[in-house]
Amino acid sequence: MSATHLQDAAPSRRSAFLDLVSRRPEIITFIILLAICVAVSVINPAFLQPSSLVDIGRASVVMGLFALGVFIILAAGGIDVSFTAIAAFTMYSMTLVVKDHVPDMPIALVLVLATAGGALLGVVNGLLVHHLRVPSLIVTIGTQYLFRGILLAFIGTVWIMSLPTQMGAFGRMPLFQFESGDGRTITLPFYFLVLPAAALLTWWILSRTLMGRAIFALGGNASVAERLGYSLKTIHIFLFAYAGALAGLAGIIHAAANRQANPFDLVGSEINVIAAVVLGGARITGGTGTVLGTLLGVLLIVVVNSVLVMVGIPSTWQRVVVGGFILLAAGFFMFCQKKNN
Amino acid sequence: MRTTGGQLFMLVVINAALLAVGAMISGGTYLSPFNLQSMAGQLPEIGFLAIGVMLAMCAGNGGIDLSGIALANLSGVASAIIVGSFLSSTDNETAFSIAFIAVALLTGLIGGTFNGLLISRLNITPILCTLGTQMLFTGIAVVLSDGRAVAVGSPELLSQIGNGLFLGVPISFLIFVSAAGLIAALLKFTPFGLWLMLMGTNPKAATFAGFPKARVLIATYATSGLLAGLAGVIIAARNVNVKWDYGTSYLLIAILIAVMAGVRPEGGYGRVICVVMATIALQLMSSLLNFGGLSNFVRDFAWGALLLTFLAVGRYNLVGLLTPNKSRKLV
Repeated sequence: MSATHLQDAAPSRRSAFLDLVSRRPEIITFIILLAICVAVSVINPAFLQPSSLVDIGRASVVMGLFALGVFIILAAGGIDVSFTAIAAFTMYSMTLVVKDHVPDMPIALVLVLATAGGALLGVVNGLLVHHLRVPSLIVTIGTQYLFRGILLAFIGTVWIMSLPTQMGAFGRMPLFQFESGDGRTITLPFYFLVLPAAALLTWWILSRTLMGRAIFALGGNASVAERLGYSLKTIHIFLFAYAGALAGLAGIIHAAANRQANPFDLVGSEINVIAAVVLGGARITGGTGTVLGTLLGVLLIVVVNSVLVMVGIPSTWQRVVVGGFILLAAGFFMFCQKKNN
Repeated sequence: MRTTGGQLFMLVVINAALLAVGAMISGGTYLSPFNLQSMAGQLPEIGFLAIGVMLAMCAGNGGIDLSGIALANLSGVASAIIVGSFLSSTDNETAFSIAFIAVALLTGLIGGTFNGLLISRLNITPILCTLGTQMLFTGIAVVLSDGRAVAVGSPELLSQIGNGLFLGVPISFLIFVSAAGLIAALLKFTPFGLWLMLMGTNPKAATFAGFPKARVLIATYATSGLLAGLAGVIIAARNVNVKWDYGTSYLLIAILIAVMAGVRPEGGYGRVICVVMATIALQLMSSLLNFGGLSNFVRDFAWGALLLTFLAVGRYNLVGLLTPNKSRKLV
C-alpha cells in the first residue's frame, strides 16, 4: 500500500517541480548560482569578503546593461549581436567629442548624448531588420562590422589613456565606501545604481505598458501579433533603439570605470552576454523570460568568470565552462518543455 | 523556386567586372598568374566554411552554423597535438601528414555530429546550439594548446596541399572545387538533398510526409563539421602554426558569402555553384582592396555594408529587375 503511494507520489512531485521550473526557469539559475557560491566559499573563504562581492557588483554593471537590451530583443523573438559595436562606437566618439571640442560638458549631458547616440544606431538596426525581413542575427552581424568598421577606419584607433576630467570623476564617484580588514578602502561606485534603475525601467516597460504586451506577442507569434493590430515596424524600431540606448550608456560607463577609452574594447563579448540572458531562462525563440532571470544569468556568468581562478581552475577553462553552461541550460529547458507537453 | 539562373548570372558578371576593374587599377599585375594563384590558394579555407553555413541555412527553422571557424581551429589544434605526441613532422613526413589529415577530419566530423545531435534530439535552436558549441570548441582548443600557437611544421605532403601547384593551379583550390562538386552532387542526386531542401521549405509538411528529419539534420551538421575539419587541414597546411583564434572575421565572411550566393536564410534554397562563385568574388574584392592599399578596418566596413546590400538585393528581388524574363517574384 505505502509502496504504491510512494510510486504515485514520486512522479507527480517530480512533474510538479518540472512544471514550476518550466514556468519560472530562473529558479534553476538561482539554484546553480547559490550552489556555486556555497561551493566556492567552502573551498576558498576569501570569496565572501566584501571586496570580492563589490568587485562582482562592479563587473556586472556593463554586462547587465547589455543583457537587458539583449533580453528585450530576445523576448520579441529576435537576436542582436551588434550592441558591443554600438557601445564601442558611442563610447569612443563621445569621448573624442568631449575631449577635443566641448571639454566642460556636464557629465549628465554626456550620458544623455551617449544614450541618444546608441538609440540612433539602434534605430538603424531596427529599420534594417524590419525592412529586409531576414533573421535579425544576420542583419546585426552585418551592422556590427559596419559600425565597428566606421569606428576603426574613419574615427580613430588611438587608445585614449586620459579621459576628460568629468568622465573620470564619474567613474570614481562613490556610492558608499568602507575599510576592509586589511586596511584598503573599498568603494562601490555610484554608477552601480544605473543597473537597478535600467532593470526597473525594463521591467516597467515589459509588464506595465502596451509596448511590453506587444513585445511578448511578437515573440510568441509574429503573424498573430500583426493581425492583432500591433505595428511590427514600431515594435522593431523601439526594441533595437532601446537596446542601442542601453549599449550607448554601458559604453560610457565602461570607459569611465576603466578610466580609458579603447576603441578595440567590448566587441567580442557578445556571446557571454547572450549566454547570460539564455541562462536567465529567456527562450531564444522569444515570448518568454523575466528581468529578474536576466539579472541572475548575468550574475552567474560574472561569478563563474571571477571564481574559476579562486578555486584553482586555470582561466583557460573559462570558455569551456561558459559554452558547456549554455548547452546544458538550453538542453535542460527544452527537456522541461517536452515533459510538460 | 526563384531566379536560380539570375543569381548565378549576376555572380558571373560581378566576377568578370571585378577582374576587369582589378586589371585596370593595377595595370595588369592583378591578372598575373602569380596573383591569380595566390588568390586561388587563399579562398578554399573560407569557401569550405561558407558551404557549411549554406547547408545549415538550407535546413530551415533558423538553421545556421556559427561554430565553423571554431571547429576548424579545434581540428587543427587537436590534430597537431595528438599526432604530434607520437609522430614527428620532420622524421616521418608522409605518415605525419596522413595522420594529421585523418585526425583533423575526424575531429570536424565528431564536432559537427555533436551539433546535429543537440539540434535534432534535444531540439535546441541552431543559433543557440552553435553559439554554445562555438565557445566550447574554442575553449577546448585553448585548453589543449594552453592558449599558444601549436607548431605543425611543413611535412612534404601537407605543404604540397597548402602551397603546391598542379598544372599551375593550387592543389588546395582543386580540393575545394572537387569537394564542392561532391556536395553539389549530394544535394542534386540523392534523397538526402531533396529531403534537406523540402524540409527547409516547410518543416511541418516534412514531418507529416514522414521524412527522417533527425537523421537529415544530423547528416547536414555533420557534413558542415567535416567541411570545417577540411578547412582546418588547409589552414594548417598553409600556415606553419595553428592557433585557436585564427580567422576571427571568418564567421561573418562565411555568412556573407552564403547570403551573396542567394541562399535563403529561411531555408529551402541554396546552390553550391553560387557559393563557389560568391567565394571567388569575395576573394577578388578582398585582393582588390589590398591592391588599393586600404586598411583591414575599411575591409570590415566594406564586408558589413556588402552583407546588408546583398540582403536588400535578395529582399527586393533586384536580380529579377535586371533579368526580367527569367524571374517570377517570390510570393
